[in-house]
Amino acid sequence: MSVFLGANNIISPLGYTSAENFSALLKENIALQKHSFIFSETAVCCSIVAEAELDKRFSEIDKSKEFTHLEKLCILSINDVVKQSGLDLADKNNLLILSTTKGNIDILENKYPHISQQRAYLPEFSKTIGNFFKCKNTPIIVSNACISGLLAMIIAKRFIENNTYKNIIVCGGDIVSEFTLSGFRSFNALSEEPCKPFDKNRVGINLGEAAASILLSKDPISNIIISSGASANDANHISGPSRTGDGLYQAITETFKNAGKNKVDFISAHGTATEYNDEMEAVAFSRSELNTIPLNSLKGYYGHTLGAAGVLESIISIRSLTENKLIKSAGFETVGTSQEMNIIKEHEQKVLQSCLKTASGFGGCNAAAIFEKI
Amino acid sequence: MEVQEVIKNLKSQIIEQLNLEEVKPENIDANAPLFGDGLGLDSIDALELIVLLEKNYGVKIKDPKEAKAIFASVQTMADYVVANSK
Amino acid sequence: MEAVMLLLFLKRYKLETSITSYCKIKNNTVVVNDKQYFKGTESDELSAFLGALYKQMDLSYPKFFKMDKLCKLGTLATELVIRNNIDLDNVPKNEIALVFSNNSSSLESDRNHANSISDKENYFPSPSVFVYTLPNIVIGEIAIKHKITGENAFFVSGKFDADLMHNYSSILLQNSAISTVICGWVNVDGNSSEAFVYCIKNLNFKQENNVFQKQHNLQQLYSL
Repeated sequence: MSVFLGANNIISPLGYTSAENFSALLKENIALQKHSFIFSETAVCCSIVAEAELDKRFSEIDKSKEFTHLEKLCILSINDVVKQSGLDLADKNNLLILSTTKGNIDILENKYPHISQQRAYLPEFSKTIGNFFKCKNTPIIVSNACISGLLAMIIAKRFIENNTYKNIIVCGGDIVSEFTLSGFRSFNALSEEPCKPFDKNRVGINLGEAAASILLSKDPISNIIISSGASANDANHISGPSRTGDGLYQAITETFKNAGKNKVDFISAHGTATEYNDEMEAVAFSRSELNTIPLNSLKGYYGHTLGAAGVLESIISIRSLTENKLIKSAGFETVGTSQEMNIIKEHEQKVLQSCLKTASGFGGCNAAAIFEKI
Repeated sequence: MEVQEVIKNLKSQIIEQLNLEEVKPENIDANAPLFGDGLGLDSIDALELIVLLEKNYGVKIKDPKEAKAIFASVQTMADYVVANSK
Repeated sequence: MEAVMLLLFLKRYKLETSITSYCKIKNNTVVVNDKQYFKGTESDELSAFLGALYKQMDLSYPKFFKMDKLCKLGTLATELVIRNNIDLDNVPKNEIALVFSNNSSSLESDRNHANSISDKENYFPSPSVFVYTLPNIVIGEIAIKHKITGENAFFVSGKFDADLMHNYSSILLQNSAISTVICGWVNVDGNSSEAFVYCIKNLNFKQENNVFQKQHNLQQLYSL
């Protein structure tokens, strides 16, 4: 059975729809900017969705002030997909899967005096969103570090193939918070400038916030399918990327095997722009004999949007397939990994049939999926 | 600050901060390597040592690239603390 | 028609897979495969209890002391599931999936990290606390301890969702390169904690002394 990828949405500083985001990338706009925070002496380079515009848009669908920043992002994003597709989440055949690493983590920073502290619990976050859309099935939450979004799409595909559900909307979302910024800073992992994935001068990541949603269906709602997907663990270290790329290599190998393919037209990599992550990916791609295939990381535009990243980057890749446009890897100049790589340096119009999307994260987790035109 | 005193304090602070439950201060050789075979510390421990120096001694390591040499042993850490604390 | 439906239900929820070992930890009591394995001092807090259990298990694993409580609990429960399973040694590590879930995600460590940044005069976020502010780190710790490299998934749900866990494990057992799933519920939230970890395989795995053949209604086992 094929699982089709349909209506989708991205909310980021680059726009409130997937189309707006894709055209911003074509113009090489980047969402990363320097923001000042009370807790930081220096400005922090990250990507933030402006509250005022978000509130304005949100008030068009709901007037209450009962929602957190992340809930507004996710609800608006899902709402766009529901509107485009006409999908009824109150139907028992349909499911919502939420992918997030930290949910309403800003509740711990006492940002919302009028909202219950309970909403810091992910099931309460998901209940809030589920109630908004009158979901028949309790939304499922996937929280698996930086592979959450891609893994949620793979899980959705498996549920549909298994006939558990007919249609699933996957929504990935995470916010930029003092919580995550201070943590990544204590890791010495933050770059003060827009990050440079796979470049020899890369110094670290930027964090970003976004919500991204996509509909997966057993019905032929588009000409793009998710052919296969797999996850795997490095079993090496909880925060340090594997030097051998074992887990990512295993996930990629399994994905190609299940898809019955041995090549794709391009790769949308994880590419966080830390020294060790990008090197790990280069090793894994090289071991998979994929390192001559054109590849990008979108972190140079959006930063690392954590639980949203897998969904957001998948949607952009699907757009690339539809519009036959390779998106350049922002921030990249010179290969800075031990293995040769074919990083996309300029946008390019090219007939595209299929792509590989990968993600890797803390806890040693890795995921890969292939999207394909039929 | 005396180097010997800093060494003594560092040993127990390292054990506490890095949760080295099964290690006693007297079993840490001040000149033995902290990383690699020594205490089996990893990259998170290295980051935690940076916090330890800042929190307990007000000593900041500005360039993380310096960390490797500073954290070679308890002795090198103590030398750095004595040289850099006000 | 009803008979067919019932058969389908049984096929989906009971007959296709079997639980080959399990461990439950609650109220400072550890049950492994229907037998009480260890009972801690009732008044012990979770950390002290987990320390006592670690000693009882005669583990020598210094990494244990670096873990947060969620990871300690999950690691010990899984260790007991693996030790008391009949043939896990023979299963290639890339064929084992780790599928976990809980209600509170990593909130316990989240609160610790949030506290470390709440006072601007005493602002020392700790990398070794922050690294545990993701629920799937427990999967990572278990993977490292046992060199397990197969599929991963961490779900968060209001309560133990037997249908979800069973359905997803069955999908993995049917469709991919997975022959064994270690899954469970590991939750730590303030003073309350709970672990229910089990190993699940396709039913064609049969063994005389597999005591759980008849008793694999998950929800029942969880609520025992």
